[in-house]
Amino acid sequence: MGGKVVTISSGKGGVGKTTATANLGISLASLGKRVVVIDADIGLRNLDVIMGLENRIVYDLVDIVEGRSKLRQAMIKHKKFADLFLIPAAQTRDKMAVSPEDMVKLTDELRQDFDYILIDSPAGIERGFRNALEPADEVLIVTNPEVSAVRDADRIIGLIEAADKGPGKLIINRLKTNLVKKGEMLSSEDVFDILGLTIIGIIPEDELVLSASNSGIPVTLNLQSKAGMAFNNVARRVIGEDVPFMNLDENRGIFQRLVRLLDGR
Amino acid sequence: MLSGMQDELIAIKGHNGGLLISLSATENWQSVTDQLAARIDERVEFYSGANITVELGERPVPKYELSSLKALLERRGLTLSSVRSKSDTTRKSAESLAVPTMNQAAVENVPQAALETAPVNPEETGTHGVLFRRTLRSGRTIHSDGHVVVFGDVNPGAKVIAAGDIVVWGKLRGYAHAGAGGDQSAIVCALEMSPSRLRIADFVATSPPGKRKKIMPEIALVRGDQIIVEARD
Repeated sequence: MGGKVVTISSGKGGVGKTTATANLGISLASLGKRVVVIDADIGLRNLDVIMGLENRIVYDLVDIVEGRSKLRQAMIKHKKFADLFLIPAAQTRDKMAVSPEDMVKLTDELRQDFDYILIDSPAGIERGFRNALEPADEVLIVTNPEVSAVRDADRIIGLIEAADKGPGKLIINRLKTNLVKKGEMLSSEDVFDILGLTIIGIIPEDELVLSASNSGIPVTLNLQSKAGMAFNNVARRVIGEDVPFMNLDENRGIFQRLVRLLDGR
Repeated sequence: MLSGMQDELIAIKGHNGGLLISLSATENWQSVTDQLAARIDERVEFYSGANITVELGERPVPKYELSSLKALLERRGLTLSSVRSKSDTTRKSAESLAVPTMNQAAVENVPQAALETAPVNPEETGTHGVLFRRTLRSGRTIHSDGHVVVFGDVNPGAKVIAAGDIVVWGKLRGYAHAGAGGDQSAIVCALEMSPSRLRIADFVATSPPGKRKKIMPEIALVRGDQIIVEARD
């Protein structure tokens, strides 16, 4: 029994793929799994920054593929979890330096020692996306509840289905409950209605995510954060647990609750 | 046939969700390609985005000629997805342009015989069409010179273009163009009719903005000089 390769993809950029990858990696590790996260966004690496491992990089993905480094040499161990490793992307090369076959070879080697291999796919539908898709056993598609992101997700899902890797599962990121209620943002039902994919996670908008990314301590490590909890739930669903979806509607302050109480509602 | 019988130099028909273009193997190459360009330019909307298989018969086509044909198609938004030929020269040209090829003789032998034994009487057997048993997602374009049936949704960003009717057993939210060869009697029907744009022959309609309250199967057709949408219950 080898490990499982899970690719995190989106189509559109800036929807939170890298944040999702980092947090899933941390969550899976905290559930006792052996995890490698691979940054496949060659030329524009940033998974290392979000995971707080930037200053430890010596070798990268392209060094492994081109034989300048052994696999183990390039893997960076996480500060907190002994069984969580990062393979960073190269900064100076472009995506053509790695082929889909290289990725299959690399992940086949990693499968023997790890439970989960997470691949952070670059945005777009070109070579970098193909690299990330080729070795995948499962694909998680990250989207925001907005029309342009959903449209690109739909395109990506079509390509994933065409590559026989589909249909994949959906993570809806940065949902703002109050905007949904006002009818100004797509709801998770609206997104499901268009894409028709199983939803594996709904992540609420959370300011803590930004500060966590900047400080290199992913938000799942912050027990105060709703987004962190939601990412944890995604990780538990990935390993096959049946976790109910959080009620995102109760984030009212004590004052509003008091008013509601006095109002008799 | 979509193009009628105006000439025998060029024949165009639907093929695997794209189009099959057969070019005369004997006529002067320049005049064949000129005619092809003119034919496409007549109906840019219909052809745009199509995957094209070109059938070239016995004619040996050198690389530079095939490359200019490819460019001619690409300038008009079409993709040359494969080449069928009986000539080794042509197949080599296609290979060097990285276009997949097939020996046309092999393709012709089998299905041709089957076609001849089954003459089609449209009154009894209906007219031909293609069925897609999946949701058409953004970026996907379907062309047919017959009818198109989609068992699934047509998502925003997907296109269905048919010379005949379009039936969507699902939600129609993308672009649909029925009667693309000019047939005003063509219809479009869907379980949920909310296309981004709807065309029948040369008439155009868009969905009213905002969410629909009641969703029901509807049928769109041309009445007078506009497209109307009726409920079917």
